[in-house]
Amino acid sequence: MPEKKIVLEAKGITKQFPGVLANDRVDFDLREGEVHALLGENGAGKSTLMNILYGLYKPDSGEIKVNGQPLLMSSPKEAINSGIGMVHQHFMLIPVFSVTENIMLGSETDHRVNKTQAALARLDRKEVSQKVSALSDQYGFEIDPNALVGDLPVGVQQRVEIVKALYRKASILILDEPTAVLTPQEAEDLFRIVRGLTKRGVSVIFITHKLKEVLAIADRITVMRAGKVVGTAEPSNTTEQQLATLMVGREVILTVDKEKAAPKEDVLLVENLHVRDQRDLETVRGVSFHVRAGEVLGVAGVQGNGQTELAEALTGLRAVVSGKITLEGNDLTGKTPRKFTETGLAHIPEDRQKHGLVLSYTIADNLILCDYHKFPFSKRGVLQQGAIDTNARTLIKEYDVRTPSPYVAAGKLSGGNQQKVIVARELSRPVKLVIANQPTRGLDVGSIEYIHKEIISMRDSGVAVLLVSAELDEIMALSDRIAVMYRGEIVTTVDSGSVTREQLGLWMAGVSPEKV
Amino acid sequence: MDWRRFGFIGLIIAILFGTVVIVGMSQEAPILIIGSMMATTIAVATPLTLGALSGVFCERSGVTNIGIEGMMLSAAFFGWLASIYMSTIFGFSMGASLFVGVIAAILSGGLFALLHAVLSITYKVDQIIGGTVINILAVGVTGFLNRQLFFDKSSIFQGQVPHAPGVLPVIHLPVKEILEGFCGLFGSTPGCIVTADAIGKIFDQKPIAIAAILLVAFSHYVLFNTRWGLRTRAVGEHPRAADTVGINVIWMRYANVVIGGMLAGLAGAYFTLESVPSFEPLMTNGRGFISLAAMIFGNWTPFGAWAASLVFGASQALQINLQFFRTQIPPEWSFFQNSYAVGQIPYILTMLILTGIIGKTTPPAADGQPYEK
Repeated sequence: MPEKKIVLEAKGITKQFPGVLANDRVDFDLREGEVHALLGENGAGKSTLMNILYGLYKPDSGEIKVNGQPLLMSSPKEAINSGIGMVHQHFMLIPVFSVTENIMLGSETDHRVNKTQAALARLDRKEVSQKVSALSDQYGFEIDPNALVGDLPVGVQQRVEIVKALYRKASILILDEPTAVLTPQEAEDLFRIVRGLTKRGVSVIFITHKLKEVLAIADRITVMRAGKVVGTAEPSNTTEQQLATLMVGREVILTVDKEKAAPKEDVLLVENLHVRDQRDLETVRGVSFHVRAGEVLGVAGVQGNGQTELAEALTGLRAVVSGKITLEGNDLTGKTPRKFTETGLAHIPEDRQKHGLVLSYTIADNLILCDYHKFPFSKRGVLQQGAIDTNARTLIKEYDVRTPSPYVAAGKLSGGNQQKVIVARELSRPVKLVIANQPTRGLDVGSIEYIHKEIISMRDSGVAVLLVSAELDEIMALSDRIAVMYRGEIVTTVDSGSVTREQLGLWMAGVSPEKV
Repeated sequence: MDWRRFGFIGLIIAILFGTVVIVGMSQEAPILIIGSMMATTIAVATPLTLGALSGVFCERSGVTNIGIEGMMLSAAFFGWLASIYMSTIFGFSMGASLFVGVIAAILSGGLFALLHAVLSITYKVDQIIGGTVINILAVGVTGFLNRQLFFDKSSIFQGQVPHAPGVLPVIHLPVKEILEGFCGLFGSTPGCIVTADAIGKIFDQKPIAIAAILLVAFSHYVLFNTRWGLRTRAVGEHPRAADTVGINVIWMRYANVVIGGMLAGLAGAYFTLESVPSFEPLMTNGRGFISLAAMIFGNWTPFGAWAASLVFGASQALQINLQFFRTQIPPEWSFFQNSYAVGQIPYILTMLILTGIIGKTTPPAADGQPYEK
């Protein structure tokens, strides 16, 4: 088979940010009609490279050629004009605009025979929406061009992004972590769409840190670590383990080692809980479950099905409409977060920067946020710096927080180290229940490994663990029992050994367990 | 714009109009009272309407602007000053002087807005503080120049307030004449003639008032049916999304803030070139802030903002029209004719509206957030 022609070529791309060399002489190429996966951990420089290709950043040095033509990439406009389209991880869509308006934005008059740059050019919504319909039909996207984007499910919004690129005649499509927000079924749909695109000659760059996906979709794989390309491979001659080792730079254990759980008495009892979110919509609708000492209960579900509000209610951060929360036999319904903490709750919150840490405080101060008002950290209302210092040094050592000193602001740490500070503060106290909400989101493989180990060791020491995660693999790896949440209800609870990934995916997507 | 809101606006206006009709009906025909109330409402709502439009352009593009008050005040001063210069120093005719005055007012509004844009877009200064600075600066600059020019004997005007060229004239549309001709077909009954008279009054407006209404319709068209409007709203909702499709966020914001400032400038011209032929320190008297309330109540849409401005205009019209019927007010209600009491209505309405009792409003998602690449 003859080599297909190279449509995009980047050579020696270097980009320096204050303090980090984000891209270090990176070479990358893309052939016509292939899916080239770019694999790497958070902070490996994948997104930087793509933002350079898309003209959002200017490289310090290096050269980019599209179809053999050198490109002076300085603005997204140029990238768009040379046929590059990008679907960002956080969608670049305006929720209050219609699909059509989102697609025509920036290319308002491109459908006309005589394009115009006139500021007051009229918007031809009708003509454009017909073109959008035609494109959508051609690729089987099923998009209503007149729907408001904010009303659409995430998977459909992603297709809107793809149509947006195709509308601009993109022949090179960059997908940045496209499956991060999708259910397994939506991800399958996306893979089908991507294959449909490549058949029509579109070339795709697929950025991800998920090993399974890479093997499922890619024709070629490039692995990046710390700003450098560390290897390329083809799915047929590599394995998950090899890729992981390349990605992290050392052997990693992908599976979590754990003994069978030995659950004891109920620690957390939740009865018929109803909770409203800040828009006053009832997002937790009559949830009941229990977590026993010495087991991990995983709550699986696509983001936005009430997990956030559930976790907030269970930690005292959100008012409960009705229902009952019992921790260690104490009725805590409607009590303050401090009461929860003092009854034996450890909380690893979903958003570590917003709810887990005070970013401008030092690590030492962050480590006493739960107990600052008590002896030995406080005497008659005055903080005891000596005790705080000793506490910080002990925990930093014990939990392996990489920092030059305990008096560095928490905001200056990397994501993994920030999470370690939270884990140190929460798990070093005498606790009965750990609520961990998305504990490894956005962390590198090394840190994930560490956090997983800590959670299992808490379980083994007889603590009850409630794990909320959108990562199905994480739920499968850590949980002893799994509760699936859909639209504010727990649709089913199963033993983790007795269920497959696919089955969970179906439940998460709303297929009711009785029908299967 | 939801119907609940329009209903509320209609109700308030009806109550305000009804009050004047009840007080004055023994002295004048109700239809004439309503006609003159409407005419006054539209006229006095002019600076509020323009101020609210100013806010709509700024905030739709993502820049909070509480400096509208200051932009109005400085425009009122500089517009007036320019017209006086033209007529007394260069001997321009009244019309030409006033025209130059209006242009100067618009430019000075635009200039102050440019300052706000530099502070808030380029230097990312807190936008509330930037706006406050502009308000304080306008009070200082206009007060200082007013004193230096007109009360200092060594100044070009020899310490005297010179004769102003007057105010913009009413543009008479022949609505009354057409309606009277129409009445003629039915034998010119007195009732028909009075109605024609009353309706005719509503259409006798001055140029800036007419321009304001046209600008409401034009702004609506621009914001919702043109490329400029789509881009403006995009940078106010999700600037990064706009950036990724090649829209220059910084330029769009600058342009809209300056356009907003020019609208505030035109609002300022209303005070000294259309309403009264003189300048008083602090004469805008909080109208810039009330127009912000009107913008919020109108949910950041031109027509909504106009409707809300009319509510405030109506309460001011009530105050003005009650003067004519002073003798009709019974002594036990005399506190009400006190202009301070009636004058509070706009402010009380503002507070009520801002509490959100009458439906929730949704500001542009990126309103007040500087854009960082």
